[in-house]
Amino acid sequence: MLVSYKWLQDYVDLSGITAKELAEKITKSGIEVEGVEVLNEGIKGVVVGYVLEREQHPNADKLNKCLVDIGAGEPVQIICGAPNVDKGQKVAVATVGAKLPGGVKIKRAKLRGEVSNGMICSLQELGMEGKIVPKEYAEGIFVFPQDAEVGTDAIALLNRNDEILELSLTPNRADCLSMLGVAYEVAAILGREVKLPETKLEPVAEKASDYVKVVVEAPEDNPLYVAKIIKNVKIGPSPLWMQTRLMNAGIRPHNNVVDITNYILLEYGQPLHAFDYDRFGSKEILVRRAKEGEKFTTLDDVERSLTADHLVITNGTEPVALAGVMGGANSEVTSDTTTVLLEAALFNGFTVRKASKDHGLRSEASARFEKGVDPNRVRAAGDRAAYLMAKYAGGEVLTGAAEVDTLTIEPAVIPITLEKINRVLGTDLDMNQVKEIFARLQFEASVDGDTITVTAPTRRGDIKIEEDLIEEVARLYGYDNIPKTLPVGSSTPGKLTAYQKKRRVVRQYLEGAGLYQAVTYSLTSEEKAAQYALEKREAIHLAMPMSEDRSVLRLSILPQLLEVVKYNSARQNDSLAVYETGNVFLANGTDALPEEREHLAAAITGLWTNHSWQGEKKPVDFFVLKGILEGLFAKLGLTDKVEYVQAQVDGLHPGRTAEILLNSKRIGFVGQVHPSVQKDLDLKDTYVFELSLKAVLEEETDDLQYVPIPRFPSITRDIALVANKETVSDTLKEIILEAGAPLLKEANVFDLYEGDKMEEGKKSIAFSLKYADPERTLTDEEVTKVHEQVLAALKEQAGAVLRG
Amino acid sequence: MQERLKELQAEAIEKVEQASSLKELNDIRVAYLGKKGPITEVLRGMGKLSAEERPVIGAFANEVRAAISAKMEAKQAELEEAAVQAKLASETIDVTLPGRPVKLGNHHPLTKIIEEIEDLFIGMGYEVAEGPEVEQDYYNFEALNLPKGHPARDMQDSFYITEDILLRTHTSPVQARTMEKHEGKGSIKIICPGKVYRRDNDDATHSHQFMQIEGLVVGENIRMSDLKGTLEVFAKKIFGEDREIRLRPSFFPFTEPSVEMDISCKICGGHGCSVCKHTGWIEILGAGMVHPNVLEMAGYDSRVFNGFAFGMGPERIAMLKYGVDDIRHFYTNDVRFLKQFAVEE
Ligand SMILES: [Zn+2]
Repeated sequence: MLVSYKWLQDYVDLSGITAKELAEKITKSGIEVEGVEVLNEGIKGVVVGYVLEREQHPNADKLNKCLVDIGAGEPVQIICGAPNVDKGQKVAVATVGAKLPGGVKIKRAKLRGEVSNGMICSLQELGMEGKIVPKEYAEGIFVFPQDAEVGTDAIALLNRNDEILELSLTPNRADCLSMLGVAYEVAAILGREVKLPETKLEPVAEKASDYVKVVVEAPEDNPLYVAKIIKNVKIGPSPLWMQTRLMNAGIRPHNNVVDITNYILLEYGQPLHAFDYDRFGSKEILVRRAKEGEKFTTLDDVERSLTADHLVITNGTEPVALAGVMGGANSEVTSDTTTVLLEAALFNGFTVRKASKDHGLRSEASARFEKGVDPNRVRAAGDRAAYLMAKYAGGEVLTGAAEVDTLTIEPAVIPITLEKINRVLGTDLDMNQVKEIFARLQFEASVDGDTITVTAPTRRGDIKIEEDLIEEVARLYGYDNIPKTLPVGSSTPGKLTAYQKKRRVVRQYLEGAGLYQAVTYSLTSEEKAAQYALEKREAIHLAMPMSEDRSVLRLSILPQLLEVVKYNSARQNDSLAVYETGNVFLANGTDALPEEREHLAAAITGLWTNHSWQGEKKPVDFFVLKGILEGLFAKLGLTDKVEYVQAQVDGLHPGRTAEILLNSKRIGFVGQVHPSVQKDLDLKDTYVFELSLKAVLEEETDDLQYVPIPRFPSITRDIALVANKETVSDTLKEIILEAGAPLLKEANVFDLYEGDKMEEGKKSIAFSLKYADPERTLTDEEVTKVHEQVLAALKEQAGAVLRG
Repeated sequence: MQERLKELQAEAIEKVEQASSLKELNDIRVAYLGKKGPITEVLRGMGKLSAEERPVIGAFANEVRAAISAKMEAKQAELEEAAVQAKLASETIDVTLPGRPVKLGNHHPLTKIIEEIEDLFIGMGYEVAEGPEVEQDYYNFEALNLPKGHPARDMQDSFYITEDILLRTHTSPVQARTMEKHEGKGSIKIICPGKVYRRDNDDATHSHQFMQIEGLVVGENIRMSDLKGTLEVFAKKIFGEDREIRLRPSFFPFTEPSVEMDISCKICGGHGCSVCKHTGWIEILGAGMVHPNVLEMAGYDSRVFNGFAFGMGPERIAMLKYGVDDIRHFYTNDVRFLKQFAVEE
């Protein structure tokens, strides 16, 4: 809502308060003023001039040579390019030395050999937006009414010596979508009076009800419809003050009748509509729901197809207006109109909202109906509009109105105790302070002991319950004046859940291991959603996505992390290690919420270590990432519950991928991105893992229990084995540990050779075996005996023999 | 003879003093103190001496030996020390060369902000509550006093999946669920961080996915002054002790009275600049006293219980706090961006 500081003074005395100070006060008491625009900022030296002579410029077809009286000294010659400039006009002249918006300075100039002592201005040149300039002046200069006095300040005459407060209204404060509403608010803030505008109707004897009757078929959508008749109007421009007030509020002037309806819309917040009575097509107004598929052409010349959700005003047979949204081309006021049928009505906000949404038509009128207008202002607004039409369009107002009124107005009556107000706010107000606040708001209030009973005025439809009254008290008392305290009462220590704590451990660990945390989008494309999914489920689609790329909820994190790797690689960030924790979304049928499972994914590429001046440079590989995982599981106490099994996963290297099992259940995978995928994404070798973090964090960690440090020395024996290439180290290790139990405590791989010195299909793998007994020192003989069993088991179960 | 021994002592000591290596010193030792050395030779001539002279000379000879030996030992220590020093000197390295890099990652800036806020409130007795990102219309809107058709639903156009299921547009449904779980009994103190989604085109200041962190306190005697005090603690901790805060009345469907909190602009010190739109203030969060309808819908008796709630955007906080100029940086994950947030403050 754009509020003119000058116009507002019609209703509230603003003496002693600048526009800026007012803006600050309004903001602090609850309505944010987003800005204060000084309309004449940077404008100087523009006066009303009278065009004495106009002739064609001798050397230019499109230029006019004008002799202009500017009220001081001799008339001056001005060259003007506007097509509509003519002799006898009163115009805005930027005299030599004048300043215009955008830092333009007017100097004496020569145009095609002719002297020009100034500039005749269009409204745009004076800083007004093209879309609010009256159509007839949109392509040329502005012409003042003849009563404008030559030599006076044109800017003042155009009402540009004003400041506009831009109010950002929250949906509850629809009352401030009107000058009067703002006036009540400002009066309450300042503790001053509201002066209501004047309406002096002098109706002629004829009755409006003899001209038209009203039938409302849908009273729920339209509880009040008032039709007034104004005859013998002369369509013409509205007075300049009205036009300029409309323009300052962002509305383009049209003609006196339309401008008056818009003026009242701004003044009262009540949308009105003027029909041409003679073009209405009948003497009956029928308000009803539209028929399915019914056609109707709105004022903007667009044919609309209606449904039964939409409310229409009809002449009994066809629509003449889409109720509360826009009138029709068929009954619009034109320059030939002599009798006006003026509609002042109350339409249901939901119905209006539906229509305005369905047709993409947001009008000043629809916005107000949607948010709610004051039901008590409908008639007053209609009467004042009729009065202004009599005054400024020479019309005669008929007695009374044709109307349908099924409206019941029940103002909210709310009792509240002083104790409650103070208890909720933490204040120590007394009843007089509270009473004074409601008096400033002009809310009726009566006090009985500790209770004050407040009747909310109908213009404040947002006041319904005690808490609304508490807010009124708080904001007018001043939020600044409310004390600062902290909640009292039983205070339990706050804490994270075990899950949340462990999630933080995981993040800390991974970052300590060299990975950066990434955060990516949950919405992705259908194609990417299922890639690398641990569990295949139906993708979850948005009903109305904004783009294909963000249309489906992800089933895995990796595709997004690979995008991160790609993005960075393309920007010379060649070595990269990132991880992400976040939810993936598993459908549970269409009616239930999906299962949200927290996953952990990581991707590494490029060099893992790069300490070049000492010659250390190591690219990432499978075992770097597996090592990180092993460390993670160790940190979470899960080492003994986790296994890695050679596996095939779509999109990963078939020979360099493992499934991760937790308690023998598959919870994720680790591997190299398939070379063909790497090629598609333009990546170097990239290793990744993704796992269900939920499964990991929900697994109970055993309580920490100290194990005594061995007091007796251990004996280590190394063995180099020749084994079949496909026998994995874990298999050999299991055989070793089983055969060597209980004396054999550890078996660790320390060497692997698969080169061409080996027989086809064989590899050499060496283990370091550690024997110990917690109770005593082992003898060589004892160890040798067990060691022989180990070698025998290896040969028997895996065909692995000592390397000769 | 005594004279000769004195001469030899002086000679040997001079040589020892001049010795420059351990080998040289050893040669001197062999030369003077060895079996074929001049001292032994002198002693061999002792037979010619009288019985009285013999022990005197013998003792003197031992003194000479001892003096030479002592000198040699001292010299040896000196030479050894010098050798050690020389060896160490030869091992000198350029300490200005870079160390072996330790691989380190760090929190995403949004996590950094969220954890900082979580920790602050945990210290004040709050717990961290989480909830689903895909929500029922009921918890996202209706339970928060936003019935179907409410105009305020326009304020946050949403991504629906079905008519009743959508991506949550704020973390407030976690509050609604938490209250419901309490079945109208007992007090609540929670902080709810998480991802939320709105129909916005991604640009420098909008993102269709972003983070939110909300707080909720419900109890039998919660006052608006408690909200004000709590928010001040938060603002000073996160933005600095020297920042002013200001509360303005506002509107949210789920709170009444409602509040917006501004902090004084750090860039211009409150005098007005383009960042604060020439107001000297920067809007930082929305808050208010929990609307009685919200309490009632969750099963609380609003005549007995009340509470306050507040909500803010970690992206906005990070942008203000660290001067990040484009919200998209948080989601493109350029490592040159991410690694700037390594420092623990
Ligand atoms: Zn500033």
